[in-house]
Amino acid sequence: MVDQEITKVQELIYTTKVEAVMAPDVIVVSPSMSMTQVKELMRKRRIAGAPVADGDKVLGMLGTTEVMTAMEAGKMDSVASENMVTDVKIVSKDAYLVEVINLLGREGFPRLPVEDQDGKLVGILTTGTVIKALLHQMEISYQQREAERLQRYRASHIFQDIISDDTSLVLRYIVDDKDFANAGKASSMIKKSLQRVGVLPSIVRRVAVAVYEAEMNLVIHTDVGGEIIVDIRRERVHISAVDHGPGIEDLEQVLRPGYSTAPEWIRDMGFGAGMGLSNIKRCADTMKILSTRGGGTRLDIIFLLNQDSPG
Amino acid sequence: MRIRELLEVLQGKVLVENHGLDEEIPLGGAADLMSDVLAFATEGTVLMTGLTNPQVVRTAEMAGINVIVFVRDKKPPPETIELARDSGMTLVSTAYTMYEACGRLYAAGLPGRGRIKIENGSW
Ligand SMILES: Nc1ncnc2c1ncn2[C@@H]1O[C@H](COP(=O)(O)OP(=O)(O)O)[C@@H](O)[C@H]1O
Ligand SMILES: [Mg+2]
Repeated sequence: MVDQEITKVQELIYTTKVEAVMAPDVIVVSPSMSMTQVKELMRKRRIAGAPVADGDKVLGMLGTTEVMTAMEAGKMDSVASENMVTDVKIVSKDAYLVEVINLLGREGFPRLPVEDQDGKLVGILTTGTVIKALLHQMEISYQQREAERLQRYRASHIFQDIISDDTSLVLRYIVDDKDFANAGKASSMIKKSLQRVGVLPSIVRRVAVAVYEAEMNLVIHTDVGGEIIVDIRRERVHISAVDHGPGIEDLEQVLRPGYSTAPEWIRDMGFGAGMGLSNIKRCADTMKILSTRGGGTRLDIIFLLNQDSPG
Repeated sequence: MRIRELLEVLQGKVLVENHGLDEEIPLGGAADLMSDVLAFATEGTVLMTGLTNPQVVRTAEMAGINVIVFVRDKKPPPETIELARDSGMTLVSTAYTMYEACGRLYAAGLPGRGRIKIENGSW
């Protein structure tokens, strides 16, 4: 584990550019500022040093050492340009971290100004900014690894360990009508469950979109809510959205893109454009809808898991 | 385009950070219609919107969107922020209008989806 982290840091040092690890908002000292003003600036902004710059052009660097020297010499009224260190190393924002990292630290410079292709000052690099950025990137790659681990854990498990002629995993979700605060919760849980079971991400995405459209239809168009049943087998996912609501009179009509009976307040929330069923049809491998006026609606959609077809 | 560059172009502020600023965004899209988001967004699209209700975050989550930009300085309610934290969504706000936010990103090289034909239901 420790070894892995070390190689990860090395890898980041080789693959990360200065731009990604510098602090982009540079506090600069103008050459005519007095050392008293410089000291105040450093105290207020909590920095230990800054470039002395005329516009975008870096002339030198000032740090706590120079302030202390000026203080001891009683020269706090003198200007920044008289006290600054002029041996400055400027690095390019496009350089790799590995090229510049050795310039920093005890043996090198406490901070390095960063410039772009036009020689414009765009950032500052210190050991602190580097460490902060690397930790952040390691945190992200940790999250990516976690996600990958979750995906790997899943795949084999259920469908290979359990012995039967045909194993099927059934998940049930209750959807309340007009419950907008919770609308989409079932879909979100279904999405996560499929990821865990090991369904390909591209298929998970199609299922998520389709099931969310179906869930929103239960919320919006029924007065009783309904149920979503997800039946997962090795080779396919079968999802049914069932309700005992008002039903649909003309099935052909509701399948037409743009047809909607959603009320105004639903449209204000960004729904009800009449694209839902067409979108479900596009995402799924097969879609069937059964409904009678007054007798509820049943939507069945199937996704094949062995290949990645539409969407 | 990286998220970092998007923030620069939009002079945007990160409200909820769930992605590294160096992560790449492949495409941009804009909609106040969640139905359009579900129908036309592709994986990783950044969504520009003027709506701030929690359903925007849900919709984006389902559509495989990672970053939402709220235009013309709209402030999302706490429920939206909370849902974004829980679901791993990154939220950004910008003072530019929808038109200008999109225009600036497009001009800076962030592409859109191109033309969409919906007649045969297989866009
Ligand atoms: N479960 C349902 N019960 C009754 N009517 C429904 C149901 N689902 C869909 N509909 C009808 O089909 C229409 C089209 O649905 P859809 O394509 O999802 O678009 P939208 O939801 O935006 O109106 C709806 O406006 C509604 O009239
Ligand atoms: Mg619908």
